[in-house]
Amino acid sequence: MEKQQPSFKRELLAALPSLRAFAISLIGRHDRADDLVQDTIMKAWAKQDHFEMGTNMKAWLFTILRNELYSQMRKAGREIQDSDGLFTESMATHPSQYGALDLQDFKKALEQLPPYQREAIILVGASGFSYEEAAEICGCAVGTIKSRVNRARQRLQELLQISGEADFGPDATSSPLTSKAFAF
Amino acid sequence: MTSRKNEELDGHREMRASDVLDPNSQIGVRLRSLYAAVQEEAIPDRFLDLLEKLDQAELMASAKVVK
Repeated sequence: MEKQQPSFKRELLAALPSLRAFAISLIGRHDRADDLVQDTIMKAWAKQDHFEMGTNMKAWLFTILRNELYSQMRKAGREIQDSDGLFTESMATHPSQYGALDLQDFKKALEQLPPYQREAIILVGASGFSYEEAAEICGCAVGTIKSRVNRARQRLQELLQISGEADFGPDATSSPLTSKAFAF
Repeated sequence: MTSRKNEELDGHREMRASDVLDPNSQIGVRLRSLYAAVQEEAIPDRFLDLLEKLDQAELMASAKVVK
């Protein structure tokens, strides 16, 4: 057989840390995310003839992973929501109350985003993909990705009470109400 | 308003969307820290073992073909 396998494996290994980071940021839990990464590796391995060496292995793996995630969610009977409406439950506490937010608060906020918005902001904001690449991975238009990133960022700002404009911090009692009002 | 309409409206505000990549963006910085923390972890053994097994299985299969 050709010498393709060793280098396919090497490239796959090189992309693994990033693939795991994507999975964990998407799902929030290490164990479930690693199961998904494992499924992705199996799928990718079986489909390696479809992969053109020299093209973007990372993007290819990310595509497989997200398709796998959504197909598992559908199989489990979970609807994949892309609207903000059902996710209006605001965080009980005001995380920025004491100044610096910790990552735990951020993680919780990220989990509250609709899945498509979450993946968009991760792909563009953390994985280092361009809007065009992210659109290709998600199988949608570039404008849709931009819009999702934008909405995700706004939603996270609301949830975390970070405001780019206003410098008054809402007090702990009124903030859940205000963020709820803005969500609609 | 439907979410589709929202997406179209937001799509025009491209500059806003790029905020998340701004090194001063609080959201962007946290997102990248979270991501980097995982990315810096060592690859779990289960994946190295899995790849090793897949590799072995393939070598065996191709060896059979050659014979």
